[in-house]
Amino acid sequence: MGTKIKMMSAAVLTSGMLLSGAATASGASAEALGITCAGCHGFNGSSTGPATPHLAGASQEYVVEMMQGYKDGSIASTIMGRIAKGYSDEQFALMGEFFAKQKLTKPKQEFDAKLAKKGAKLHDKYCEKCHAEGGTSAEDDSGILAAQWVPYLKYSFADFHGDGRQMPKKMKKKMKKLNAKEGDAGIEALLNFYAEAK
Amino acid sequence: MSKITRRNFLKVSGASMAVASAAAYTPFAIGGAAKKVVVVGGGMGGATAAKYIRLMDPKVEVTLIEPKKTYHTGFMSNEVISGDRKLESIEFSYDGLKKHGVTVVTDLVSAIDPDKRVVTTKDGKSFPYDRCIVSPGVSYKWDAYEGYDESIVDKIPHAWDGGPQTATLRDQLAAMKDGGVVVIVPPPNPFRCPPGPYERASQIAMYLKANKPKSKIIIMDQKEKFSKQGLFTQGWKRHYGYETDNSMIEWLSSTTGGKISAVNKADMTVEGEMDTVKGDIINVIPPQKAGAIAHTVGLTNDKGWCPVEGKTFESTIHKNIHVIGDAAIASPLPKSGYAASSEAKVTAAAVVALLGGGEAPHPTYVNTCYSVIAHGHGISVAMVYDYKDGKIVKVEGSGGLSPMDQTDEMRAREEQYAHSWFNNITNDTFG
Repeated sequence: MGTKIKMMSAAVLTSGMLLSGAATASGASAEALGITCAGCHGFNGSSTGPATPHLAGASQEYVVEMMQGYKDGSIASTIMGRIAKGYSDEQFALMGEFFAKQKLTKPKQEFDAKLAKKGAKLHDKYCEKCHAEGGTSAEDDSGILAAQWVPYLKYSFADFHGDGRQMPKKMKKKMKKLNAKEGDAGIEALLNFYAEAK
Repeated sequence: MSKITRRNFLKVSGASMAVASAAAYTPFAIGGAAKKVVVVGGGMGGATAAKYIRLMDPKVEVTLIEPKKTYHTGFMSNEVISGDRKLESIEFSYDGLKKHGVTVVTDLVSAIDPDKRVVTTKDGKSFPYDRCIVSPGVSYKWDAYEGYDESIVDKIPHAWDGGPQTATLRDQLAAMKDGGVVVIVPPPNPFRCPPGPYERASQIAMYLKANKPKSKIIIMDQKEKFSKQGLFTQGWKRHYGYETDNSMIEWLSSTTGGKISAVNKADMTVEGEMDTVKGDIINVIPPQKAGAIAHTVGLTNDKGWCPVEGKTFESTIHKNIHVIGDAAIASPLPKSGYAASSEAKVTAAAVVALLGGGEAPHPTYVNTCYSVIAHGHGISVAMVYDYKDGKIVKVEGSGGLSPMDQTDEMRAREEQYAHSWFNNITNDTFG
């Protein structure tokens, strides 16, 4: 499944680049598509919260995969499934292109310093390999976790643990270990670590 | 395709026509002088357009003229009425726009001369423009019901623009005795914020249930059905005993006793076609039409709304004037804050392109709209729109309502997303 998505996204990427060059002739541009999201996801993709996630700085492929998942229902959502059905893969790629270029304005969130410290260690051990640089990096096309809105992260954890969203293989393994060793307190610590990010 | 409209003609004749239209649309190409845009109205449409034009082309001089010093949103004002939110939290200043280089003028536009391209104000100032964006919101048909006019809003507030009347309605509710009756009279279509009256009933019910549980809300509707009706009805059954003997909310459709003909301020009654209903609080939301300036300038059709071209929102009546937001006929886009913002961004891109002598880019539009029925119970409607064959169209298969069989967890998330929507759209507009 992972490879299938990768291949699909590669095709989308190419067509996306072609399209953005000639956007005015054939359809809405990356910017035109990207700025329609601001009402929920914040100006240029930096959300002012309390729950809607940031999109600024996400990798293009991450945006495409999420939107495809919402569209085909493999990722649970409240409203995104309905919205994603309004766009093509090419348009997802254009949105991804727009948000990948934006710089995230990190919000202030409440956190417990002690828990955040513990969360930092747990992140290093269980998450850092894919969500690099303390969860700030969009490389590897993983979601940016640092400074992401905590309610959204909680929803995502709940969906991953229920039947709302499938974990990639590596994540499943790591998560199993984390859950066995640390339980809910481990997740809580991670959330405090991500909330601390400035 | 037999009729050759201006738009079709533009499409088929392509490049040669584009040159001609550029010439027609930008007459005073004053040798390199900065292009001037005047925005009339500082609500969601006007403020967003002003900001985004500056972002898209900082060389364009943008002046926004608005009579009020601050703006109160209509959306989320129902949470002020229920006491969940302070009035200040829905108030926004224009300082953010100034930081983007928008010149903000506190004044009332009294006239626009479409031939000379000049906006004039009550204070007697003149503002020449290359293109003008009119975003006047709605005005009210004060003659719709006998005994009802603007002079009674202190006692019978409509509270349909966020602001002082929102506070009046909130204060009336706080002062009302337990066992009181609140009468809400939603307007006929079309009007600003179609789910708004029903979210208002929900928010008032939430307050009453917790504080004055013997009280009732009677909705006397001027319509047969309303926005998100299935979801509201479901929520009312769940939280407010709807359709039981103990229901806190009673909804009367226009043909089952809702239709009203008169409002009596002295004895606080609403005269329906079947019964005269007495209220401790009466909230008449009057029938609506485009904002006043649109009528003064002659931008409206015989129904009182402004016809526009869907790709640019340029008036089909007066060239070089664009009309956006609630006043515009942008159907199938609804009269909502999000739609106004989306229209403003499309218009900003079109205006910047046209001022530069180019063609308006291909537009894309979105609407999302949340209502909060009770704590932990949010619902939404969304839609994606495209521009095809000269018209704004819904993208097939997209959008729609929150599902009826949504879990509690998802309803709770929708409330959180509703509040996020509020924070983000206001920051996108005024920040």
